[in-house]
Amino acid sequence: MRHRPRGENIIRFDSVGLRYGLGPEVLRDVTFALPSGSFHFLTGPSGAGKSSLLRLMYLGLRPTRGRVVLFDRDIASTRRYELPALRRRIGVVFQEFRLLDHLTALDNVALPLRVRGVRESEIRKHVPELLSWVGLADQLGAKPSTLSGGQKQRVAIARAVIGRPDLLLADEPTGNVDDHIAMRLMYLFEELNKLGTTIVVATHNESLVSRFAHNPRLHLEHGQVTRVN
Amino acid sequence: MFGRHSDLPLAGDATSRFLPWLVALMVFLAAMAVSGAFAVNEVMSRWDHDVTGTVTVQVLPAGGERAEAATDERVRQAVDLIRAVPGVLAVKALDKARTLALLEPWLGGTDVVRDLPLPRLIDVTVDPDARIDLAEVADRLSHAVPGAALDDHRVWLSRLINLSRTMEWLAIVVVGLIGLVTSATVVYATRTGMAVHHDIIEVLHLIGAHDDYIARQFADRAFVLGLGGGLFGLAMAVPALSALGWAARRLEGGFLPSIGLPLAGYVVIGLLPLLAAGLAMLTARLTVHGALARMP
Ligand SMILES: Nc1ncnc2c1ncn2[C@@H]1O[C@H](COP(=O)(O)OP(=O)(O)OP(=O)(O)O)[C@@H](O)[C@H]1O
Ligand SMILES: [Mg+2]
Repeated sequence: MRHRPRGENIIRFDSVGLRYGLGPEVLRDVTFALPSGSFHFLTGPSGAGKSSLLRLMYLGLRPTRGRVVLFDRDIASTRRYELPALRRRIGVVFQEFRLLDHLTALDNVALPLRVRGVRESEIRKHVPELLSWVGLADQLGAKPSTLSGGQKQRVAIARAVIGRPDLLLADEPTGNVDDHIAMRLMYLFEELNKLGTTIVVATHNESLVSRFAHNPRLHLEHGQVTRVN
Repeated sequence: MFGRHSDLPLAGDATSRFLPWLVALMVFLAAMAVSGAFAVNEVMSRWDHDVTGTVTVQVLPAGGERAEAATDERVRQAVDLIRAVPGVLAVKALDKARTLALLEPWLGGTDVVRDLPLPRLIDVTVDPDARIDLAEVADRLSHAVPGAALDDHRVWLSRLINLSRTMEWLAIVVVGLIGLVTSATVVYATRTGMAVHHDIIEVLHLIGAHDDYIARQFADRAFVLGLGGGLFGLAMAVPALSALGWAARRLEGGFLPSIGLPLAGYVVIGLLPLLAAGLAMLTARLTVHGALARMP
């Protein structure tokens, strides 16, 4: 993991606008910056554009207008072959998990390491460790189709953090788990945050947000982002 | 290549299942075309050998008054025409006295013979490496000079050689077309595979996979399918070629020299499955790179 001084921005949006095809602008003039090492909630009503905003952050979409600066790189002027290196510094928990159905929990979590060319011996060591940490020690060989919603979610989270990302983006990571496990996952995120990972958790779970009210919050509504502290 | 890790479940794809069969057919056809070309080339090089060296032009005597002078003129024209052909080393017209001398053992040296309208002969020495199109020269000669003709047998051989050269080109074109069809099919199968596995590809892309990490998995699969199909096609081609060779040998004794494949032919045919697999692999890889370049 790279150690960057706290306070330096890990990501910055300048007047970013986004529309899908010819539809209305989902995001308008979104401007904000996330300091390195921060932990933010991203809140807003359903359909406000939380997932879309995260998609721009993990480079799954290009903005229709405006500027995205990630790890001090202006994305618009970054060469295509340089993007994978940036993406590897980001861990993503997708709202719909996006696990590969034909792979076991272990292989799903191993994916970011395989993509990086990490040796199998390392993978066999670290992946089961992390999976037991999220309470799936006895599900290493299970395919996603045999896992519950909450278990899938934990596999997805494990996959997002296995590469020790500098930036972790989680889209409704506690949507399918009971309160107990939700708390456990939040503690995992806080643990990672203490180690230096910048974290954004998109959620509309108000009780979760208020229980971790010490973390700042970005609120998204009508295509605009406002800071709530 | 074979034990290499793959995250994409390509082995179960129904869309690529037809690919080995197509490659098998293509390798079979290519083997036929290649062995045909090699066999024809063998035969041709032997015939070519026969044609090189010297060629004879015959000029029939002119009739009417001043026949002698008119015949001389024909010979002169023929000599000029032949001399202008590239690859001709020497042209030597035999004068009447020489022709008579050649004929004396059969006809005797009488005055009667001296007055007979005898055809004149022109000896032409050709460069063995020049591969002169004798058929074309013969056509020109008979049009330009009345009564002049090139040695029949050799012109006929020359025409056959021209035909075999055309067949060689045809074989090359056929093999090229086979390669194109194989490539096009691989492009189609790869695109279909990418559409089927779009979600997985996007996840790999988003967690930081380089394009080549994804392309390689499709390329490896195409190689395996291409090689399997190619080997099967080769296995079908070998008995077919043996049967053809056997049939050709039974024909022998006629004008056909023995038809056998030279070693180079066996090598090329043996390499066909590998070439097909390599082509499939390269095509798949380029196809995936092209498609991924459109992702953000
Ligand atoms: N791929 C897409 N194509 C077209 N429109 C889209 C697409 N994805 C999202 N949208 C639209 O963009 C808007 C924002 O969607 P988004 O999924 O970002 O909202 P959200 O805040 O994540 O909602 P939720 O809390 O329900 O997950 C919605 O109006 C949605 O219909
Ligand atoms: Mg969403």
